[in-house]
Amino acid sequence: MPTPVLMPALSPTMTEGNLAKWHVKQGDAVKAGDVIAEIETDKATMEVEAVDEGTIGKIVVSEGTDGVAVNAVIAYLLDEGESAGDIPDEASASVPASSSPTSSAQKASGGVGPEGAPEAPSSPGAPAHTSVPVSVPSIDEDKFFKDTQRQTVREALRDAMAEEMRSDGDVFVMGEEVAEYQGAYKVTQGLLAEFGAKRVIDTPITEHGFAGMAVGAAFGKLKPVVEFMTFNFAMQAIDQIINSAAKTLYMSGGQMGCPIVFRGPNGAASRVAAQHSQCYASWYAHCPGLKVIAPWSAADAKGLLKAAIRDPNPIIFLENEVLYGQSFDVPTDPDFVLPIGKAKIVRAGKDVTITAFSIMVGKALEAAEKLAEEGIEAEVIDLRTIRPLDIETIVTSVKKTNRLVTTEEGWAFSGIGSEISALMMEHAFDYLDAPVVRVAGADVPMPYAANLEKLALPQVDNIVQAVKAVCYRS
Amino acid sequence: MSDSIPLSLQVPEPEVRPGGKPDFSGVNIPRAGTVRRPDVDASPADFRDLGYTIIRVLNRDGEAVGPWAGALNDEQALQGLRDMMKVRAFDARMLMAQRQGKTSFYMQCLGEEAISCAFQHALSPGDMNFPTYRQQGLLVAGGYPLVDMMCQIFSNERDPLHGRQLPVMYSSKDHGFFSISGNLGTQYIQAVGWAMASAIKGDTRIAAGWIGDGSTAESDFHAALVFASTYKAPVVLNIVNNQWAISTFQGIARGGSGTFAARGHGFGIPSLRVDGNDYLAVYAVAQWAIERARRNLGPTVVEYVTYRVAAHSTSDDPSAYRPKEESDAWPLGDPIERLKNYLIGKGVWSDDRHAQFAAEVEAEVLAAQKDAEKHGTLHSGGKPSVRDMFEGVYKDMPPHLRRQRQQAGV
Repeated sequence: MPTPVLMPALSPTMTEGNLAKWHVKQGDAVKAGDVIAEIETDKATMEVEAVDEGTIGKIVVSEGTDGVAVNAVIAYLLDEGESAGDIPDEASASVPASSSPTSSAQKASGGVGPEGAPEAPSSPGAPAHTSVPVSVPSIDEDKFFKDTQRQTVREALRDAMAEEMRSDGDVFVMGEEVAEYQGAYKVTQGLLAEFGAKRVIDTPITEHGFAGMAVGAAFGKLKPVVEFMTFNFAMQAIDQIINSAAKTLYMSGGQMGCPIVFRGPNGAASRVAAQHSQCYASWYAHCPGLKVIAPWSAADAKGLLKAAIRDPNPIIFLENEVLYGQSFDVPTDPDFVLPIGKAKIVRAGKDVTITAFSIMVGKALEAAEKLAEEGIEAEVIDLRTIRPLDIETIVTSVKKTNRLVTTEEGWAFSGIGSEISALMMEHAFDYLDAPVVRVAGADVPMPYAANLEKLALPQVDNIVQAVKAVCYRS
Repeated sequence: MSDSIPLSLQVPEPEVRPGGKPDFSGVNIPRAGTVRRPDVDASPADFRDLGYTIIRVLNRDGEAVGPWAGALNDEQALQGLRDMMKVRAFDARMLMAQRQGKTSFYMQCLGEEAISCAFQHALSPGDMNFPTYRQQGLLVAGGYPLVDMMCQIFSNERDPLHGRQLPVMYSSKDHGFFSISGNLGTQYIQAVGWAMASAIKGDTRIAAGWIGDGSTAESDFHAALVFASTYKAPVVLNIVNNQWAISTFQGIARGGSGTFAARGHGFGIPSLRVDGNDYLAVYAVAQWAIERARRNLGPTVVEYVTYRVAAHSTSDDPSAYRPKEESDAWPLGDPIERLKNYLIGKGVWSDDRHAQFAAEVEAEVLAAQKDAEKHGTLHSGGKPSVRDMFEGVYKDMPPHLRRQRQQAGV
């Protein structure tokens, strides 16, 4: 059968082009690679080469024709022994539109919904699944709290790194000021003295550079713990974090993973204004391939940082400058390692659920105290891990309390509270007695002045008011 | 202030544009064999001139001359010729396959084959390349199966990367070939990090970073040089200067530094410039730089002076920005022709054997293509498994992805 010569595409997005010129005429013999025609698009011109050898049997699209669809038959090539009579009639030979690259790309983009629901081919229009995702297995955390010591979050983080560095020679710490200066916030205190300059490495000031260097080291089988002086400075490293650390295991077909921890203070401290006060929880939590942890207590900071260092995936570990100096009871058992993806109910209650992470946990607990004075028993959930989120614990609580207030320092739009609200629509809609309320930062860059900064950040009273609103109490 | 004149912006322009006569008279090319070869442990300060000249071995008569000659025996040189011919035949077939709609996209390395093919042979097993999309020669010379490359290009059921990655963005840990990044330059600092990890562990393996002339403008390039310089990382930092970053001529990224190799000088990194179309020179310089890294003497910057004969990619039409005949005027010639003439001159090769081998390699590539096409092409036949789509996001598949996979019906 004669070989159809199809209108080629310069790129997957090209749908049609003009047939500018034929270099051959009917009856010409051609070899593979011979230029037979020129086509053009608005961007470029391209030579069409013969793919096989043969004789030009018929030119279907004449020179000067505009708007020729990609993959349309433009000519027929005859093999030895074939004649023009073997050429099929044009209608039956035309290529259906659905085989063009563009339409299949459109089809492919149908994809999978945010929490999961791919459009199952068998049941188009089916509602999103409503079965509640089961959280990771819990451990008996209480048993570790028989022997504890009072420690600051700063000390707990340091101990977590030191213990993991002692037990695993592949773990090393790097970042600006982490060695001689012992960390801009003194989180790496004592590490240089114990582990030396080859495992506690001061880097030049380039977050993008040392993030990339550490990603390379992780591909080289080490386990870097990268300290960002603050996550605000890691904006320039985000390409290395998202495009390389988070995606390479997938892109390499599972060959090369990136076991790495990026850690440092996140969110607002005080009087450091717009470029030093941002919460990145939702930025990183958005991306598959990453796990995102944001602890509040010193015990959780230690148990989760140890888990993060042991995890084979890239981890974003969001700390908080204000919390560094706060003290908590921390288990002394070196085997105290917490599961990533497990929330914790830090206060039980029956009337309303409040979710929080990092510094907002303390504020939520304060709010719960005030609410208790007014007869409202709030259940406070410390999310601890943002991705994977412990949806089951939140849903179970909401099914009991029927009301939910989410809290975060970051902005509400596309924030963690927004994600939780959407999840409750999917998994607990029938249990909600009031719309979910998000308590979040004001939708402005952080101002410097103390009075403005206070207004920009969610305060205990904002939580109290939100809870009263969902409880229909004024 | 009355004698102040208005400021004016200076935008570099290439020597010629389409319609003009190609002019490479500004490329200063020393005679082959005239550039000295310092000891690998010499102080970088003593050979800064090597960043401004061009190390060449093959002369106009096809002879290997000068202090950089003699790094390869005849059999190794023949292997190099075969590798380059295979890469070129592979590129030609895949370009055609793209035009036939069997893949969405392809990138050739026409005219640059010597660089990656020779470099690969100078490495040792376990070393790691962090390449760009124009170093397919590293894989071909390293023995990676052509069929596997094609299966990825066709995105079919046997695609080793399971339909997750662009056609030419290969990845093979076992072949020392790190996953190509579509974000230009990121791999450069990662190569330095990988090399530093090797040094931290007390290993013997070294890394090679690759970047094009255009991407040296990326901050990753500069960060890589900072880190390589500060920590003396065991890495070879390769810059392939093929004159064109899509339509942007190399002077836009190079600016006033004279050469790309000269960028290394500010960091105290030894920097060499080599004829990228001279297989013997590329090998000799690669071997020198790799030995420096292996002996813990630190990084080396190597600029390969070459010319991108083909379009940037199948989506590009170079006639819009450079004279069509510019590649013919390129003064460093064609790497395959030059090595072929050398081998014929030595009496170990002939035009007949060359033609015969060209036919053999054509048949090998065609057979590989037929094999690959049995497993599907972009618009027909076997497709990557939907089941695999959910693998590899995390080391272990989390429950929500398992659910998504179930919902996808697999």
